[in-house]
Amino acid sequence: MISRRLFLTSAALIGCSAAAHPLLTPMAFASAPGDNRLVVIILRGAMDGIDAFQPYGDKNLRRVRQTLSLGPDHGAKDLDGFFALHPGLHGLWPLWQAGQLGFAPAVSTPYRDKRSHFDGQTMLEAGTGTDLDLDRQQDGWLNRLLQAMPNQSWETAYSIGAEDMRILQGPAATSSWAPEANLAISPQAMRLLTHVYHHDPLFREAGERAMAIAAGLEAEGKLVPDRKEHLALAQFAADRLNRGTRIATFSLAGWDTHARQAANLPDMLERLSETILALRDGLGSHWGSTTVMAMTEFGRTVHENGSAGTDHGTGGALLVAGGAVRGGRAMGDWPGLAEGDLYDGRDLMPLRDIRAYAAWAMHAKFGIAQTVLEQAVFPGLDMGSDPRLLA
Amino acid sequence: MSLPYDQLAAIRLGFGLSPRLTGPADPAGVAASVAAAMSAGDSVYMDGVRQMQIELRRLLLIARKGGQVEDEAYRSHRRGMNDRYLRAIVDRFARIMDDPSGFGERLVAFWSSHFAVRGGAPHANLMTAALVDEAIRPHLTGRFADLMFAAETHPAMLIYLDQVGSVGPNSVSARRNPDKVMGLNENLAREMIELHSLGVGADYTQQDVEALARLLTGLTYSARQPGVFRPAQAEPGADTVLGRSYGGDSATLNDIRDVIEDLASHQATASHIARKLAIHFIADDPPPSVVERLANVFRDTAGDLGAINLTLAEAPELATQYRQKLRQPHEFLAASLRSLGLTGDDIRGFSRKQIRQVLLNPMAVMGQPWARPNGPDGWPEEAEAWGTPQGLAMRINWAMGQPSRLVRQLPDPREFLTMALGEAASEPLRWAVPRAESRSQGIALVLASADFNRR
Repeated sequence: MISRRLFLTSAALIGCSAAAHPLLTPMAFASAPGDNRLVVIILRGAMDGIDAFQPYGDKNLRRVRQTLSLGPDHGAKDLDGFFALHPGLHGLWPLWQAGQLGFAPAVSTPYRDKRSHFDGQTMLEAGTGTDLDLDRQQDGWLNRLLQAMPNQSWETAYSIGAEDMRILQGPAATSSWAPEANLAISPQAMRLLTHVYHHDPLFREAGERAMAIAAGLEAEGKLVPDRKEHLALAQFAADRLNRGTRIATFSLAGWDTHARQAANLPDMLERLSETILALRDGLGSHWGSTTVMAMTEFGRTVHENGSAGTDHGTGGALLVAGGAVRGGRAMGDWPGLAEGDLYDGRDLMPLRDIRAYAAWAMHAKFGIAQTVLEQAVFPGLDMGSDPRLLA
Repeated sequence: MSLPYDQLAAIRLGFGLSPRLTGPADPAGVAASVAAAMSAGDSVYMDGVRQMQIELRRLLLIARKGGQVEDEAYRSHRRGMNDRYLRAIVDRFARIMDDPSGFGERLVAFWSSHFAVRGGAPHANLMTAALVDEAIRPHLTGRFADLMFAAETHPAMLIYLDQVGSVGPNSVSARRNPDKVMGLNENLAREMIELHSLGVGADYTQQDVEALARLLTGLTYSARQPGVFRPAQAEPGADTVLGRSYGGDSATLNDIRDVIEDLASHQATASHIARKLAIHFIADDPPPSVVERLANVFRDTAGDLGAINLTLAEAPELATQYRQKLRQPHEFLAASLRSLGLTGDDIRGFSRKQIRQVLLNPMAVMGQPWARPNGPDGWPEEAEAWGTPQGLAMRINWAMGQPSRLVRQLPDPREFLTMALGEAASEPLRWAVPRAESRSQGIALVLASADFNRR
C-alpha cells in the first residue's frame, strides 16, 4: 500500500478489482509471450496531434491555425507530402526514414463531450467503452492483457515512475519502480496554481517566486541537478525489457497547452523524442521486437484559442515506434479541417477507436485471440479491419 | 460558507478531514476526544533514555581505551538511539492518522511549542520526545500548574535552558569545591516567567528573575543520579518572588512546586496563555472576545485545561475567523497524509529513508526542522513566517511528488477536493482542479492551495 518506489512490489491488489474475466485463463493460449515487447506511454494532459504531425496539405490548416502548426516552411519536416513533423520531434526523423515510426492522426477513445482529463485518462487506461460507469473503473487493459498471457510472472509487466498507472492495475501481479527525480512542474500546473493563489494576497505574492524555486526542488527537499526524469524512466524500462519484462508503461505529463503552445509544446515533444530514442538505445538488438505506443486521453481544439494555445478536444494522434513497427506512414484516414468535417463544430473528428490499434498490436505480438481482445481486454470493442501496424 | 461542526472542528482544531474518519459532532465530543492523546503510545520515557545515555558513554570510554575515537559497538548503539528517536517522530504522525478528532494531537504540538526545547545529540533528541510523552500528554486536560511543573522540571528543559549549570554560590557543592567556578544561571528562571507563565509584558522585575533563579538551584540533571533535585547545589535561604517568600529551611523540590503553583495561577498568566491559545487556534490577530473568554475560564477554574479545551471547542470564532491561520509545516504534512487516507500503520511502516524523504527533509525546507525551533519561544505563529517563497515551494513540490508515491490509487481530484475541504473550497480552486492534466496534478492543486494550507 505504501511505497511504490521503494519496493518492487508484487502488487496483487488490495480492495481493487473483481475476479478475472472468464476468458482470461492463460491455459487457453498456446503461444508464450516470447520475445515481443510492448511499451505504452501515456501522454497526460492531451497532446495536440495537429501540431505534432502537422497536416500542412490540408488547405484549411492556415485558416484554423495562425501561429501554430506552421508546416515545412517554418521548420517542420515534411513526412509524406501532406503531414510534417514538428521540430520538437526531429530527433525521431531517422526512425521515420527507417520505417520505425508511424502515427494515426485521427483516433480517440469512446470518451466524448465532457473533455475532462481525469475521465479521459480513466477511460484510456481502463480500455472500456461508454457503457460502464467511469467511477467504477479500477482495472487497466494492460493488466487484462497480462492475465491472458501464459507464463507471466511478477516481472512480466512494469509500471515506471511516480505517476499512478491505472492502465496496469488489476488482479494480475505486476511490478513498479520510480526514480529518485521528481516530475517537472508543467506550465499548465503553474497556470492553475497562479489562478488558485490569485485571490489570496500572501499566496499570490509568495507563489510566483515559489514556483520558480519549486521547479528546482525535489519532493524530498533536495535540489534537482537536472531535469532528465524521462530518460531515467526510459532507461529503466529498457533495462527491464532486456531481461524478463515484456510490458512496460509510464507517463509523461505536461501536454495541456492552453496558453503559449509554441513555447511550451516543443519541450514536451523533445522529451517524448528523447524518451523513445533512449528506449531504442537501451534496448539494442531487442528494439527490433519492440512496439512503443504513445497515447493521449484526447486531442485538442482545431482552432487556436485567444492565448496562443489550444483547448480540450476529441480526435487526436497516436504515435507508434519501434523495430517491430511497419512505419514511415500515416495510418488511417484524415477527416479534414473544414467546418463541416469537425466533431461538434470544433474538434478533429476521430475516425477510429484508438483501442483497435492497441488490440491489433497485441493480437500480432502476443497472439491474443480476437474474441479475448474484444470481450475481455477491451470489452465491447469492434476491432474492425487490421491496420497492419506491425511489420 | 457554513461547514458542519464536525468538519469545522476537524479543520480548525485538528489536522483536517479524512476519508476514513469522522470527527465528533459537538464541542463536548471534541473536548472529550483529547483523552486519546493522553494515553501511552510508542512513548519515550526518561528511565530508558538515562540507560541508553549511560551505555553510550560506557561504550565511548571503551573505544577510547582501545585507542579509537569510536568503535562499531558505540556506533551501533548510537544508531539504535537515533532509530528510537525516529520511531518517536513516526508515532506523532501515526497517532494523528488514527485520531478521529486530532484536537489532542494539536494540543500536544501547541504545548510542545509553548514549552519548547531543542535536541541535538542522540540522548538530547530522545529527551525532547520524553518531555512530550511524560510531561505534556498526561496533563492535556489537567491543571496548567501541573503541566508547567512537569515541563519545567523535565531533564530536557533543565538541559536546554542551562539549569544543569546553575549552582547556588553558597551551596554545599560550591563550598566543597572552592576551585571550581560555580554560579547562578538565570536562563530557566527568566523563561519561566517571560515565556511560560506571566508573559514578557507583565509586571515583574529583574529582582524577581534573580530570586527565582536562586530558588531553582538544586534542580539539575545527571544521567547517573536519579531524580532532578540535589539539595547540595541549592542556594540556602529564602527567596522572594513577586512579593512572596519561598523556602528558607532545608531546600526541597516543594519550594519549586510552590512557586510554580503561584506563577501558574497568576492573573497575567491567565491572559498570556489565553492569548497564545487564541493566536494558535483562532487567528494571528484574534478578536479580544475570545481571548477574554479563555482568560476568564482560566481564572475561574484555576487553570483547568479541560475547561479551556471545551471553551476553544465552543468558540464561535472558529467559524467567524475561518482560514485566518496558516498550517505549520508539521500540520500541512500531517493533514496531507490524513487526507490521502493513510493509516497509522502505514506511517509506522515507513523505512528510515521514507521518514526522511516524506517527513523530515521537507519539514526542514519548509522552515520547521523537527523539534528544533530557533529559540525557547517555540515556533512562530504569524502566517508570514510560513508563507515564504521557499516554504511554499517545498509545499508545492511535496504536493506534486509525494502523494502518488504514498497511495496505491489516487482518488479522483474532484472528489478529493470535496473530501479534503468539505463544502468550503474556494471558487478559483473549484475551477482549477477539474482542469488539471492528471490525477496527481489535481491532487497537488488541492494540497498546495491556499484553501488547504489555511485553517
